[in-house]
Amino acid sequence: MLLEAKDLSVVYGRTRAVDGVDISVGEGEIVTVLGANGAGKTSLLRALQGAVKPSRGRIVLAGRDVTNGSSAARVAGGMVLVPEGRQIFVSMSVHENLLMGAYLRRDGGIETDIAAIYERFPNLARRRDMKASVLSGGEQQMLAIGRALVARPRLIMLDEPSLGLSPLFVEQLFSLLKDLNRDGIAILLVEQNTSMALELATRGYVFELGDVVLQGPAEELLGNQALVAAYLGGGEAAPTEIPPHAGS
Amino acid sequence: MGGYWSGILAILAINVIFAYGIFLPVATGQLNLGGAGFQAVGAYAAAYMSYTYDWPVALTLILAMVVTGGIGFAVAFPILRLRGVYLVLGTFAFAEVVAGLILNSETLGGAIGLPVPAFVDYEVPVVLAALVTLFVFYLMATRFGLVMRAVHDDEVVSDLMGVSLRGVKVAAFAVGAGLCGLAGGLYAHTFTYVEIQAFNALVSINVLLFVLLGGTQTAFGPLIGAAFFTLLPEALRVLLPQLQASVASLFGAAGDMRAPDDSWRFVILGCVTVLMMVFRPEGLVTRTLVERFKPRRRSGLAAAEASA
Repeated sequence: MLLEAKDLSVVYGRTRAVDGVDISVGEGEIVTVLGANGAGKTSLLRALQGAVKPSRGRIVLAGRDVTNGSSAARVAGGMVLVPEGRQIFVSMSVHENLLMGAYLRRDGGIETDIAAIYERFPNLARRRDMKASVLSGGEQQMLAIGRALVARPRLIMLDEPSLGLSPLFVEQLFSLLKDLNRDGIAILLVEQNTSMALELATRGYVFELGDVVLQGPAEELLGNQALVAAYLGGGEAAPTEIPPHAGS
Repeated sequence: MGGYWSGILAILAINVIFAYGIFLPVATGQLNLGGAGFQAVGAYAAAYMSYTYDWPVALTLILAMVVTGGIGFAVAFPILRLRGVYLVLGTFAFAEVVAGLILNSETLGGAIGLPVPAFVDYEVPVVLAALVTLFVFYLMATRFGLVMRAVHDDEVVSDLMGVSLRGVKVAAFAVGAGLCGLAGGLYAHTFTYVEIQAFNALVSINVLLFVLLGGTQTAFGPLIGAAFFTLLPEALRVLLPQLQASVASLFGAAGDMRAPDDSWRFVILGCVTVLMMVFRPEGLVTRTLVERFKPRRRSGLAAAEASA
């Protein structure tokens, strides 16, 4: 397994946000984590990336225990988190944002990798020297993902990347994730868009109140959407059919 | 050059170095309201070695910078745990503690102060200010400068990219403290006398104003801010009587007027400060402004195609 967390718990004061969770992502896999707001998905990602210290459990990345390491240790180990809400460096240019993704790299291939990002996202190339704050929401999300890619990750974790994006951009985003996976990058995806996430993923976990209540191959969860929807709560009805763009 | 102008140039140069000392932590998002404290440490370090051991100026200045930088480094660890307004208060408290310690120290002359035997003319601070300016411009163009801006923009994401927040903040704070110390050492040798009353809270506030009103986004900010706020009061010394005369003649009361009180200069300075906060909240010099004056480079697309 590329990433393996065992018995992971995150506690804020008296609140147990993540409660003894086992979760894993294999080499080249796409794993999705579903759950209602407040189920502990973001806390899970923050703990995996080292932004919060887990109160219990251990995290192993590519065979190395990184539980007590910093997030720099994770990035160096090939794991990058794209945080929720397109957090880009607003006062910097697009190009400078991408350079920040290479912060820990000392090799000479950075410019080549950034050129490849520009090829993948022509919109970013056009706005190379512009302030990142003038980008549209979708472009900012692409920049956040591009910045993560410059770190040359083996595993990208994304926290609700489709949040607030137009349907067109959401579709582009999911096809991008599929492309990245085809290039050999494993993906851990936290999403609200349940059916699209399960369509893309190989496996899924369903969170409720900081605990995994359901897990299995994505197809199995897709076939059992009524149950998944029940855990996601909020009176959300399960979509009866798969959106037409999925799988295309 | 007359003594008046060489004096102003020396003060301007010292203020520029001092402003860069405050700019470095501010550029990483850490407001430092303890400038006077760091400057006092540098000034007294230089004054003491010059007065007691007759050290040459070059050595006292290096010592002032190293000692102040070292104290900045040591203080940074506890003080940078504070955030926002608490950090401002913490750095302010540091300056007060320094003032209190010096005031009660017999070796450092207490309330009387220390004479400084070695005098430096304005060329020394001017040359050093130019060097410091070049150094900060260079620093902001390096990878470290980029990371400082990243930390200023978003600490959480910087951390996610693998940046050591503590390391960047402490380094910026300590190097900034060293520059404040250098400004202090130059102060000692320029005025050939140090007394702790000269390093009061108003000094800390003014130098922070230089930086905030000059602009914190680029290395131009502190330079422009320090120059503007050092020269404006001097310009008003000449302009104010003229202004008074013209206003008076408007009302037909020219002639036998008393010269305006000196404190009027500070009233105008205060008004200018408020106006700048209203109209240029990001500071006089912003990144956008600098970009506008840069020669246009090839469009981003052309650059991408060329490298593809």
